[in-house]
Amino acid sequence: MINTTTLSNDEIRRYSRHLIMPEVGLAGQLALKGASVLMIGAGGLGSPLALYLAAAGVGHLGIVDFDVVDESNLQRQIIHGTSTLGVPKLESARQRIRDLNPFVEVTGYNTGLSSQNALEIMRDYDVVIDGTDNFPTRYLVNDACVLLGKPNVYGSIFRFEGQASVFGVKEGPCYRCLYPEPPPPGLVPSCAEGGVLGVLPGIIGTIQATEAIKLIMGIGSSLVGRLMLFDALEMRFRELKLRKNPNCPVCGTNPTVTELIDYQAFCGIVPEQASLPMENRTTPVELAEALRGDRPPQVIDVREPHEWDIVHLDGARLIPLATLPAHLHEYDRSAHIVVHCKSGARSAKATQLLKDAGFRDVKNLEGGILRWARDVDPSLPTY
Amino acid sequence: MPVKVIIPTALRQYTGGQGTVSVQGGTVAEVLQQLSAEHQEFGKQIFDDTGKLRSFVNIYRNDDDVRYLEGLNTPISERDELSIIPAIAGGA
Repeated sequence: MINTTTLSNDEIRRYSRHLIMPEVGLAGQLALKGASVLMIGAGGLGSPLALYLAAAGVGHLGIVDFDVVDESNLQRQIIHGTSTLGVPKLESARQRIRDLNPFVEVTGYNTGLSSQNALEIMRDYDVVIDGTDNFPTRYLVNDACVLLGKPNVYGSIFRFEGQASVFGVKEGPCYRCLYPEPPPPGLVPSCAEGGVLGVLPGIIGTIQATEAIKLIMGIGSSLVGRLMLFDALEMRFRELKLRKNPNCPVCGTNPTVTELIDYQAFCGIVPEQASLPMENRTTPVELAEALRGDRPPQVIDVREPHEWDIVHLDGARLIPLATLPAHLHEYDRSAHIVVHCKSGARSAKATQLLKDAGFRDVKNLEGGILRWARDVDPSLPTY
Repeated sequence: MPVKVIIPTALRQYTGGQGTVSVQGGTVAEVLQQLSAEHQEFGKQIFDDTGKLRSFVNIYRNDDDVRYLEGLNTPISERDELSIIPAIAGGA
């Protein structure tokens, strides 16, 4: 059991830069030591969050994550490292936190958050921090926080842009006051297509950490009722007013959401290959064979120019999806065409577009250039 | 009179990459309709098939959500800034 009524001499030395500020002092530091914070996700936002909360001396950190460390994480997920590639993120984070501050107790939940386990996991924590990467979990975290009456320190990022706020406190608005329902799949860009500036989660995650620490110590003005917006390209912070919506489906006066909902898991655009008939699909192995044959197909790459620069197929022609309609007149309707993109979703749209325009022999490369690199030419880089 | 509209990253691909655009209109609806006329795909992203604003897109006049003003009929002048704030979910 952690003694939350006193600090040891070691702890006093460690936290001296906190203790000498009257706004924090011994009382504030003991509040941190006695606090428990649950972080949903140990990724981009979770990395700076966990590091700063641990360094600050939050006594108990809970982390929910079921992922393992991948090379593509390290551009931004600074709690992990090259030495923990392939290691579960929970374990990787735990090692780093132990090194940073052995006074912090870490509880890991190696699972996805669902309507079945959310309330149980969140019940014992003082503050919940939302660092997830998908809408279903964000709505789950919001609703559970409202039902349990716990503050939900929210942060979200996309490319160069971030949002932060504090939801879930009784007098303030919740995420559903802002956006009553999640967007349907297909209307938001997919995570892989979206990309993110590596330093961006550092900025938004540290704003979340700041808010959590202020809530625990009971100091300052929190982001309750305010939405902080950050644009890294313009280097501009803006602030919007948020209001508690009396008609909010979960925190309003007559709530319609009274239990947790598992929304369909999606990460933006759902793969559309499944809807194409077999005659309009081909695999990388089949394409490689066809390219060696007497009647090789014309290959159209519908990705963007910056993706082409990373890796492309020899002999392919770059026509980004948005510009494809303007190029249709250059092809014969009976031409043998194969379209591809990164993993097959955009090229499925292109295939449909070509079919609708009267092309009779058009195929989508299933799995895109990533699967080509896996099955045909492993020397190609993947991204 | 022209109104400054701030376009979020997620929708910039529909405004030719522009982060801010200048659009004519005296109400929020007029500004958004003009913007949709100039950039058709943009309109499809923020309005549904019935012409209603999508539930995951919020519109702010300066720092106020127009839902708590006069909705799409909220008047807007050249001194105001209109922000389109869609839900984003990234975090990893």
